Amino acid sequence: MEKDTFVFGIETSCDETAAAIIKNGTEIVANVVSSQIESHKRFGGVVPEIASRHHVEQIISVFEETLEQAELTFQHIDAIAVTKGPGLVGALLVGVNAGKAIAFAHGIPLVGVHHIAGHIYANRLVQEMSFPLLSLVVSGGHTELVYMKEHGSFEVIGETRDDAAGEAYDKVARTLNLPYPGGPYIDRLAAEGNDTYALPRIRLEEGSFDFSFSGLKSAVINTVHNAEQRGEEIIPENLAASFQASVVDVLTEKTVRAAKEYGVKQVLLAGGVAANKGLRSSLEHAFSEIDQVELLIPPLSLCTDNAAMIAAAGTVLFEQGKRDGLDMNGHPGLDLEQF
Amino acid sequence: MKVLAIDTSTYTLSVGVSDGDVILAEQVTNVKKNHSVRVMPAIEALMNEVEMKPGDLDKIVVANGPGSYTGVRIGVTIAKTLAWTLQIPLTAVSGLASLAASAPLIEGLVCPVFDARRGQVFTGLYRLSNGFVETVKEDRNVLITDWCQELISIGEPVLFVGQESVQHEKVIAEIMGSAAAFAGKSVPYTRPAALISLGQSADSQDPEQVIPYYARLAEAEAKWLEANEKRAQSSE
Ligand SMILES: [Zn+2]
Repeated sequence: MEKDTFVFGIETSCDETAAAIIKNGTEIVANVVSSQIESHKRFGGVVPEIASRHHVEQIISVFEETLEQAELTFQHIDAIAVTKGPGLVGALLVGVNAGKAIAFAHGIPLVGVHHIAGHIYANRLVQEMSFPLLSLVVSGGHTELVYMKEHGSFEVIGETRDDAAGEAYDKVARTLNLPYPGGPYIDRLAAEGNDTYALPRIRLEEGSFDFSFSGLKSAVINTVHNAEQRGEEIIPENLAASFQASVVDVLTEKTVRAAKEYGVKQVLLAGGVAANKGLRSSLEHAFSEIDQVELLIPPLSLCTDNAAMIAAAGTVLFEQGKRDGLDMNGHPGLDLEQF
Repeated sequence: MKVLAIDTSTYTLSVGVSDGDVILAEQVTNVKKNHSVRVMPAIEALMNEVEMKPGDLDKIVVANGPGSYTGVRIGVTIAKTLAWTLQIPLTAVSGLASLAASAPLIEGLVCPVFDARRGQVFTGLYRLSNGFVETVKEDRNVLITDWCQELISIGEPVLFVGQESVQHEKVIAEIMGSAAAFAGKSVPYTRPAALISLGQSADSQDPEQVIPYYARLAEAEAKWLEANEKRAQSSE
């Protein structure tokens, strides 16, 4: 019988302090997330210095709870996997240095993980991956189509040229005077409205898998502005629904086209915006008509930032022999294809 | 009792290891380089040099500020994680107190200074006597001019230490005259031995509870409070 592999994951790239233990890369043994969202709300967004301060205050209790949940000690842990980027540098450094301290204290191998690789690998905690596959990554900072021919190999075939989808959601939410973070509010509002405002679908040049959302964001702002000037009233439900329909149409169309062109077996949704109901149902609908491709959508709790996904990705990298030294740094602009 | 001491609160990187009363090894590098990359390798190299393993440690001492926010956080994060996972005591001490204690054989008032930009300093006032360090005025973030006015009212000579005090010498001398003496160049930074000795005489804390002392609010928070105050005043 082969020995089980336990990987301890750490994630502090933005405003969640998180740790987790994953068994054999697929099974959650413990998963603890301490969210700071309440303390950033009053600023209307994540304040990097405040995020870093919270991380250093929370990290030990998050670690402790993780070991308690798992009923394990570091004697059982085969590797420490920690997000080394991308993200807020001060926030990353807390996780990176805590991870290095544990690795040093117990002589455990250390593996730095790319945050987006983590989001993709959240899917492996639900179902085994089959290659080649395509992942649509949508979050506050990212909108990317990532092609994977095998474990640990990431090829970015499309990415946003300006705003990430999540950023566009936050800005539109502000225009509609919705609270921070705006994404879930727009999603809820959109469900009550109809796509009546005929907003543009920005598809860029023919054949491109890249995205652009800043034009759409401007179109929303102009719509509100023009209505104000004419003394007309905006119907927020319909504007939210129109905005969401545009985002979701473009994301779905490009994902379907890429899935066909690359002949993938699976399509994985990843990142915080994967919690969006409109996007989920649009993708489900589109892929229900394509028999050869399996669509995986992780549960909400694994879409937002967590360390289970970091440990899941870290397990694969660890098994492939990847290691980082005690001189590992945090990399705010880490490249998915190079890390 | 084997102690590891860490201070990364300014750009000086100080680590030291002691066994009982003996300082086994100290490493100080006084260059502007990335702490995050260098601290753990420095600790590992120092402990290897004296043939000590992490499991041999009995205590960690860390300077928890004030100073560079990121620098302080790196040191505190490493120290509290090590202490927690090795299940050994952790003592946080003021980086300013340790700098003051790095001035050996001095009797009297010592004022350690870290520059905090725009005419401000992180500082405190300590009395050294018989090798003991006593806090006279708590660590704070203050305008150097205001601080000198406060010090001169004590009516006792003050020795300024720390390499970042040098850039304020002119202003200090103008206000305090002969009541100020300067040792910034001969006591430029915290010696790990001073940190260890302060840590050994102080109480230990629960690693979970040890947090950085920044001496000031995050900028966004300060602005938010200010705006809130204005809102409260205008609604009165
Ligand atoms: Zn994320």
